[in-house]
Amino acid sequence: MSVIVVPEISARPEPTTRRRRLPVFSLGIIAAFVLVALLAPWVSPADPYEQSLRLRFRPPVWEERGSWAHPLGTDRLGRDLLSRIVWGSRVSLAVGALAVLLASTVGAAVGLMAGYYGGRVDATLMRVTDATLSFPVILLALILAVTVGPSFTNVVIAIAVILWARYARVIRGQVLTLMTLDFIAQARIAGAGAWRIITRHLLPNTLNTLVVLITLQVGYVIIVEASLSFLGAGIPPPTPAWGSMIAEGRDFVTSAWWVSFLPGLAILLVVLAFNLLGDWLRDTLDPKLRQL
Amino acid sequence: MPVVIDVRELRTHIVTRWGTIKAVDGVSFALAEGETLGLVGESGSGKSMTCLSIVRLVPRPAARIVGGEVRLDGEDLLAKSDAEMQQIRGRKVAMILQDPMSSLNPVFSVGMQMREPLAMYHGLRGSAGTARAAELLAAVRIPSPAARLRAFPHQLSGGMRQRVVGAMAIAGPPRLLIADEPTTSLDLTIQAQYLGLLKELQERHRFAMIFVTHNLGIVARMCDRVAVMYAGRIVEMGPVRRIFTAPAHPYTRALLDSIPRFGARRERLTAIAGQPPDLATLGPGCAFAPRCPAAIERCAQAPGETEIASGHTTRCWLHVHA
Repeated sequence: MSVIVVPEISARPEPTTRRRRLPVFSLGIIAAFVLVALLAPWVSPADPYEQSLRLRFRPPVWEERGSWAHPLGTDRLGRDLLSRIVWGSRVSLAVGALAVLLASTVGAAVGLMAGYYGGRVDATLMRVTDATLSFPVILLALILAVTVGPSFTNVVIAIAVILWARYARVIRGQVLTLMTLDFIAQARIAGAGAWRIITRHLLPNTLNTLVVLITLQVGYVIIVEASLSFLGAGIPPPTPAWGSMIAEGRDFVTSAWWVSFLPGLAILLVVLAFNLLGDWLRDTLDPKLRQL
Repeated sequence: MPVVIDVRELRTHIVTRWGTIKAVDGVSFALAEGETLGLVGESGSGKSMTCLSIVRLVPRPAARIVGGEVRLDGEDLLAKSDAEMQQIRGRKVAMILQDPMSSLNPVFSVGMQMREPLAMYHGLRGSAGTARAAELLAAVRIPSPAARLRAFPHQLSGGMRQRVVGAMAIAGPPRLLIADEPTTSLDLTIQAQYLGLLKELQERHRFAMIFVTHNLGIVARMCDRVAVMYAGRIVEMGPVRRIFTAPAHPYTRALLDSIPRFGARRERLTAIAGQPPDLATLGPGCAFAPRCPAAIERCAQAPGETEIASGHTTRCWLHVHA
């Protein structure tokens, strides 16, 4: 006599791979900095502008002579470093977000138009893009910031003027591929005009790329802003900006390393977090990998 | 029955570096309500270009419609403004393309894509649009249409997607449906179902249909009349039965001889000798002459159209009896 073994049938097969884990590290850091920036008036322990020559170059709390009165020490004018880093996060994140938004809007619009209309429109727009891309970033930003004068708005505009070209390039490439697909032809046959095809069919299909690019570029913009501030063409003092804080401390690195190092560390953390998030988004949003 | 579409002497040229290609070179045909014309011919014979010319969507700037008339219910589409033409596309003339894998926008659900033309054509929005979209899906025999509206294109099979495209095509409902090889990439059983569905929709909505295909078997099944295209011209046109039983043009005969037939075991399949002509360097004569087994001296001049039986015309000197 034989026993028939009936294989167990589960209602639904277990997924073969686990869901991609959220990038807790980078999201955590970004969330922390965003919160700190938003809540700066409440979380900063002291007034970032208050000077006290008696309290110059106080080291952080863990060093000898450090005290809890200034957990991360003070700078050359005796200003509380932690408070300045906290307030500085506002500048960095705001410039990063605004410049990238501006650049991506302009860049995506240019890329969409160039890819959709093709021909002379494409040739003209892409030559402008190439010209922009061939310019050294810092130099161009420096020229712009210096000629129009350093201010928050001008820094944002200067950075956006340089960065839009990358978006234009990438989006145009994507649009060219999309244009060969039948659903664009089908939309046209269904009576859709240029505006509808661009906004309803092309743009939504490039959003993934756009989001990844935006995330990766926030980090880059923060660095550019810091570089401009370091070079004195960024946010004018005494507004605390991480780049200018590094610049202010650079003559004292041997005696008071924390004045330059700590704002640098803040830049490193934020940029790293945005880059990791960007990498994760790129892998996750790729439709071929999404269902894995 | 009223004539829906009347194409007269349509000419579309493509300008290339190597010269001007006459992609559509004086094509004329007319279709009545509920009638189906099969457009057959080799790749590059101008079938698709003819269809794109009708809806005025030839790839610009290289291609240009240079002459002729396209009358839809008596109105010349070639004389319309771009804005007027946009109103006609989709509403009056619909088209189903070949590739179901890319004919839907991958980032929107089926429901969202279907509501868009409904809002555009009929001002149906919100729940009215959703209800109508579900009705259309039901009309193309998609099971549980309400649930399918929430599906994304990648969750549907090729046959299913092509049905969705069909559902959107009849949203107008159109007066003329152009189907450009709609079943080429579907497997055979699905193909048969889809063709049956198109016939059914045609009976319900009485639209005229232009059916572009390589597959003569499908022509036999779907079409009332056939137009055989070669090098931008219709070389033979007539009722399906006539074309299959009494082909007049040597090219049509060669085309029919190259289909395998069940049962005819001994016969070898005959391929058409030579290559399709280079349209850029075409002379004035009959374009098929270099490959034609029956070519004669007169073929150096272009033959006119001869009516050899009622509704059966051909362009070949063999049928011109002076």
